[in-house]
Amino acid sequence: MSLLKVTDLTRNFGGLTAVANVNMTIEKNELIGLIGPNGAGKTTLFNVLTGIYEPSTGKVELTVNGKIKDISGLKPYQISRLGLSRTFQNIRLFKDLSVIDNVKIGMHKDIKYGTLKAITRLGNYYQEERRIEQKAVELLTTMNLISKRDHLAKNLPYGEQRKLEIARALATNPVILFLDEPAAGMNPQETAELTALIKIIKTKFDLTIVLIEHDMSLVMNICERIYVLDYGRCIANGTPTEIKHIKRVIEAYLGEEV
Amino acid sequence: MKNFINKKNLSWLALTIAIYLIVLVLMKLKIINAYYQITLMTICINIILAVGLNLIIGVCGQFSLGHAGFMCIGAYSCAVMTKMIPSYWGMLLGVLLGFVISTLIALIVAIPTIRLKGDYLAIATLGFAEIIRIIVLNMDVTNRAAGLSNIPKLISWPLIYAGVVLSILVVVNFERSAAGRACISIREDEIASEAMGINTTKYKTIAFVIGAILASLAGAFYATTFYVIKPDTFGFAKSIDILVIVVFGGMGSFTGSVLSGMALGVINTVLQSFSAIRMILYAATIVLIMIFRPKGLLGTKEFTFTGLFALFKRMVKHESS
Repeated sequence: MSLLKVTDLTRNFGGLTAVANVNMTIEKNELIGLIGPNGAGKTTLFNVLTGIYEPSTGKVELTVNGKIKDISGLKPYQISRLGLSRTFQNIRLFKDLSVIDNVKIGMHKDIKYGTLKAITRLGNYYQEERRIEQKAVELLTTMNLISKRDHLAKNLPYGEQRKLEIARALATNPVILFLDEPAAGMNPQETAELTALIKIIKTKFDLTIVLIEHDMSLVMNICERIYVLDYGRCIANGTPTEIKHIKRVIEAYLGEEV
Repeated sequence: MKNFINKKNLSWLALTIAIYLIVLVLMKLKIINAYYQITLMTICINIILAVGLNLIIGVCGQFSLGHAGFMCIGAYSCAVMTKMIPSYWGMLLGVLLGFVISTLIALIVAIPTIRLKGDYLAIATLGFAEIIRIIVLNMDVTNRAAGLSNIPKLISWPLIYAGVVLSILVVVNFERSAAGRACISIREDEIASEAMGINTTKYKTIAFVIGAILASLAGAFYATTFYVIKPDTFGFAKSIDILVIVVFGGMGSFTGSVLSGMALGVINTVLQSFSAIRMILYAATIVLIMIFRPKGLLGTKEFTFTGLFALFKRMVKHESS
């Protein structure tokens, strides 16, 4: 039984079909790459999987506690609560909040006191706040961001903002982590660091990771399996070595031979 | 219990009691005479209104223009009940009735409108406040356009001060909790907030309901302070008045709302002596301050004793070195 199964997924915007009949299966603890030329529909696929867009047709099924659950059409917060967390291509941090508050917001579903207890400060409010604080500190330490804990998110350098987004996504305690171009705008050294970091968090948090990336050194280095999208269709899937030699993939990237 | 007793909370407690006693003494010495007492009550009512609206606009980022509608509900509930039972019990019943009605109406309004954003939400809430006013204008129990008069004057300084302190406590405690962080994240980036597992509709509704309850409390105090209420009192202009206090103090800063509630109350009273050009001067003052402090008096900053202690420490260090 695969962890996530996508069947015949299509998303139309008016007359434009951004994602067309995509089939995908993701096993537990896999590291999947999603590649394709610009405008191929990669981010749209992410948006459909994480609930920002509803699928036009097709199904997305997630295995939760050994049971298959249809998650297509659920709201983003419901999907996030089931363990699908993500980062965004155009960084969407809570810019005017501190680094640690960004992470604490990610831990929202984990907090065990209600609004009434918060207002009266009775019950386990203080205990829970201390626990959350401690967990957030641990997470920031793993991500090497602890020295910046009280900085505003918008004042971090670009690479660290990307890292903070990953930290915030990890704070939701995900089963599958979707990374949308995590290395965009990074120099080769930062990309190498990020590659190592992705490997570390994958084992440490027992994760399944799906990532969109244009940097082929990163994709070929860490992905176990790759899906290739072109004009919304899935044109190939396989291991990095297989993908490199498929003619249609080369054509999609470089154009057909005359 | 040990969580409550620390330097920070004790300082707040001391400040709260000090303000209470100072005003009480000034009232006994007749320095705050009957005329200034009206100003004092108005300031208190405005602070309750402003912190409630600030929770909706400043913290949660939802632009509501219907605050006067909830104030209207609170004022009429309290007025009707106290006229029936002219005692503190009647007032308590009236306040509670106001809470119940405004919560219900806030929920009814929130469910269809809260998914609207920005200007659309503002227009929808504005329309709702007008609906409330028109309903009150046409009901017999509220005495139609003539409004209610001879409402027993039950308000006193301890009572209204307790109301202000409780209101501030509610909004500040709410803001500094998981629910408050959720609301702030909605203001910052709604899509990201939802992707983090936050049910944005739920938290927007909670903020809206808390704001409505506080507005209804302020309305109840208004009714027993001025003992005459008319539907016109709670029109569009009143909602704008409250919005001005919030924007003037800084959206997202409760300290700002309190200070600006006080400042605008005082400015208003001082300008009474220039009654002919009062509104022009009032508007000009606001325009000037907004030019020099576009984010309001305090922006999003808050006054905290922790910050004050840190400042003292730095100053002491500076002097010794």
